[in-house]
Amino acid sequence: MPRQLHLSAAVDSPGRFDAGHFTALARHAERAALDFVTLDDSYAPEPHRLDALATFARLAPLTRGLGLVPTVTTTHTEPFHTSISVNTLDWVSEGRAGWLIGISDTEAQARAFGRKGVAPADELWAEAADAAEVAARLWDSWEDDAEIRDVATGRFIDRGKLHYIDFAGPHFSVRGPSITPRPPQGRPVIAVPVSAADLAPGAPAGSRARVETAARYADVVLLDAPGPAARLTAATELRLRAGEGLRILARLTADLPDGASISALIREVTEGGGGVDGFHLVPADPARDLAAVADHVVPALRERGLFRTGYTGTTLRDHLGLGRPANRYAPATPAPAAPTATAAAHAEVTR
Amino acid sequence: MTDRPLKQIHLAAHFPGVNNTTVWTDPASRSQIEFASFRHLAETAERGRFDFFFLAEGLRLREVNGLIHDLDVVGRPESITVLGALAAVTTHLGLAATVNATFNEPYELARRFASLDHLSGGRAAWNVVTSSDAFTGENFRRGGFLDRADRYTRAAEFVQLAREFWDGGLVRHSGPQFDVEGRLSLPRPPQGHPVVIQAGDSDEGREFAAATADIIFSRHSTLTAGQAFHTDVKRRLAAYGRKPDELKIMPGVTYVLGDTDEEATERAAEIRRAQVGPRTAIAYLEQVWGIDLSDHDPDGPLPTADPVVDSTVVQGRTRIGDPLEIAARWRAVAAEKRLSSRELVIEVTGRQSFIGTPAAVAEQLDAYVQNDAADGFILVPHLTPGGLDDFVDQVVPLLQERGVFRTEYTGTTLRDHLGLPVPGRR
Repeated sequence: MPRQLHLSAAVDSPGRFDAGHFTALARHAERAALDFVTLDDSYAPEPHRLDALATFARLAPLTRGLGLVPTVTTTHTEPFHTSISVNTLDWVSEGRAGWLIGISDTEAQARAFGRKGVAPADELWAEAADAAEVAARLWDSWEDDAEIRDVATGRFIDRGKLHYIDFAGPHFSVRGPSITPRPPQGRPVIAVPVSAADLAPGAPAGSRARVETAARYADVVLLDAPGPAARLTAATELRLRAGEGLRILARLTADLPDGASISALIREVTEGGGGVDGFHLVPADPARDLAAVADHVVPALRERGLFRTGYTGTTLRDHLGLGRPANRYAPATPAPAAPTATAAAHAEVTR
Repeated sequence: MTDRPLKQIHLAAHFPGVNNTTVWTDPASRSQIEFASFRHLAETAERGRFDFFFLAEGLRLREVNGLIHDLDVVGRPESITVLGALAAVTTHLGLAATVNATFNEPYELARRFASLDHLSGGRAAWNVVTSSDAFTGENFRRGGFLDRADRYTRAAEFVQLAREFWDGGLVRHSGPQFDVEGRLSLPRPPQGHPVVIQAGDSDEGREFAAATADIIFSRHSTLTAGQAFHTDVKRRLAAYGRKPDELKIMPGVTYVLGDTDEEATERAAEIRRAQVGPRTAIAYLEQVWGIDLSDHDPDGPLPTADPVVDSTVVQGRTRIGDPLEIAARWRAVAAEKRLSSRELVIEVTGRQSFIGTPAAVAEQLDAYVQNDAADGFILVPHLTPGGLDDFVDQVVPLLQERGVFRTEYTGTTLRDHLGLPVPGRR
């Protein structure tokens, strides 16, 4: 069987505020058995849109398999809140949550909060990395079996399995533990958008910091690269930095008004892999194009044996072929086979 | 009674909290975290035609003697996200989240509540709380920066600013707490402004509620005390150009039902024993005495030493008043009724508000409302998630028969249920 593609799609719909619209898009995506959908967000007044994480929470009970990956920005939001919100999205979706990390790099957004001025992009991405570190530590701050409900001793919780995270960095410090128990996936999937230009030699400091954040924390990179050759170069570089566990999905515009455009997209997805694991489809007209993806593009890929006919697992990590991460605070359980020195060193670097 | 029309009762369902009111040792107790539990209680509340569903908040796990308190339910998901998901499985029920104004910023929170209001078709509510608690602040950038005295100033400025953001257009604001300029990325919410709730009985809390809240979440007490509170709070509204029914008074209450009054009384006592186990009794004493009492015998008399004032032994809980005064009162009760430490704690804490047959409870609830001791109730069940099943099945029909509670929703938004108009733009 050919290597299986991973496919996701953006459902950004400026000016739409009704849950019904997003529900219809999610149904197309779920019919297509896409790995996940994304929804962008920022604190800019334009484009007009809802809070992305709240929108995906609204979709969670109406979907069964679809991964839900909202953008949550780190520049002005408290990392504690981000951690428990993404964690809770994982609980209400029973293990289908992700987090697309974003920053706020405009003066206007800083003024809307009024707490600090705008900082250079490299500093904002360094802060984003710290927010990802805090979120991950807070997700781990409850061991999976911390809730014991031991009637004999009257103890609801084994407090030895709750952990202070004691993070202190230049932008914030967080004591922990979380108030929300470890999410179903252990840690929801972290995604970072990276462009080929960010990886180019001589890229600006902001780009280097973004790539560094992706290399350290991302499970998935949404890669913006102009064509198969650039994809291959960028994906190779990213894997060198982050390891083979990273899933790289290349952004692809899906503008599908007619059969010709649908055929062209099928051709590109089938042949234009270029070292990536799959594609992140960005529809020009979400309702029209996601219907076309479900009705035409995905069936064609299935015929070629390139894409699943339905969900085989239940969590977003399952769809992406990512294991449930071990808890950094829990005593290590004996592994079935000793990891190689390289793998262990790699895990140290990436986590 | 006068010959005025019967007042309609407002009802809300409180998801069981992380304190010893919630009995987790009961075999029927289920997860406090899984969505299925929230869904069950919300669907029950909607079946009972309740006004809204209510979530509390905690941003730091409670500690006693520097250790995480392990006797009560611990942990909760993030409220606005849970309510967003509940909006998908309910159609009319109001969705209220407690969110701290100290550890959030107006632009972000206004946007989150506006989003919830859009996504739920006008059912969002915000219970505004503030904290001056440096202990909780250790989880946030700001830390515990807020003076106790500034809590209501910050809350008032915060809510005013949120309302301006909800109204739309460019907001420019410069005040003691906030200096901001911005515009939300979404239209005015369906309710105009999500419903604002204020919890707190203090003079400042009452004034804040009179100035800006739609609902005040009070403590339950006697009929007379409820009437005094009602009179006091409603009296304050005129100064803000508001009419008495523009602020609903809803005490948080507990209840126990039985086929007979005796059975209900016995069940109520059993529940209190389950709520106050030996170690929980000690934890209560430590909260008052402010010292480590882990070696104290819960079945013996109260501690002989006097409480330590301003102790930090217990962290992450609301202060409970003057410890010396409380200890003196507890000693008097224990001496009079010959109670052990644990029996005393059972006696003085957590007696259920309404105990009896469904008919008796319906009658008492109605009497509170018709006699202006309350406009409705926030019911706090002791079991997750089935704790309101009996109330909805047995008490709600009786309230409906009395003509004091809706049999169907007559509107779609929470403001409709509460009889509150959409606020005008400023």
